[in-house]
Amino acid sequence: MAQAQSEIRYLTPLSVDNKKKKYCRFKRSGIKYIDYKDPEFLKKFLNEQGKILPRRLTGTSLKFQRRVARAVKRARHIALLPFVTDLMK
Amino acid sequence: MNHYETVFILTPVLSDAQMKEAVEKFKTVLTDNGAAIVNEENWGLRKLAYPIEKKTTGFYTLVEFDAEPTIVTKLETAFRRDEKVIRFLTIRNDKFAAEYAAKRRSLKKAAKEAVKEEAPAEEAQVETNA
Repeated sequence: MAQAQSEIRYLTPLSVDNKKKKYCRFKRSGIKYIDYKDPEFLKKFLNEQGKILPRRLTGTSLKFQRRVARAVKRARHIALLPFVTDLMK
Repeated sequence: MNHYETVFILTPVLSDAQMKEAVEKFKTVLTDNGAAIVNEENWGLRKLAYPIEKKTTGFYTLVEFDAEPTIVTKLETAFRRDEKVIRFLTIRNDKFAAEYAAKRRSLKKAAKEAVKEEAPAEEAQVETNA
């Protein structure tokens, strides 16, 4: 009896995907220009292989995603960021 | 007139004097063609993220300048002709970039002055200790 009571039962199923809403950090903090000379900042938008993360993961707006991509590509050209790598972080 | 900035990488085999000489050379290319140099930064010997021409390090230099668009091609031909330059990137700064660059310059200046102020203060302390 006691065991049956201890089993938790919900009237409404718990929502599993109760995540925070993503937002564009550039819009929120008012950054207008993304500097290609700052590789440490740009690393936030790269995965371990040095690929640019998609918008659906970072939440960046389209306008700033384009600017991030441009900054990353410039940083790669002047060897501040690698084109390909393993275990960057 | 546009705002431009250029970053170029010189080979690590150069001595300090040779490196400075090369930087001066490109600055004269700019000034001779009527560009106004706004800022110059020497980042020193840095590790490259990937090897270029079998070199893993390089001297980075950043030059900001205001000039007519025709100067950029002249500068880039000078870069291409010089074997000391292993990579270069010239960019036109739009209004947001120019704003950012101005802020960056003033921050750098403030940091420099802070260091300068600290140094004499320390010296004074040493003197009093002695």
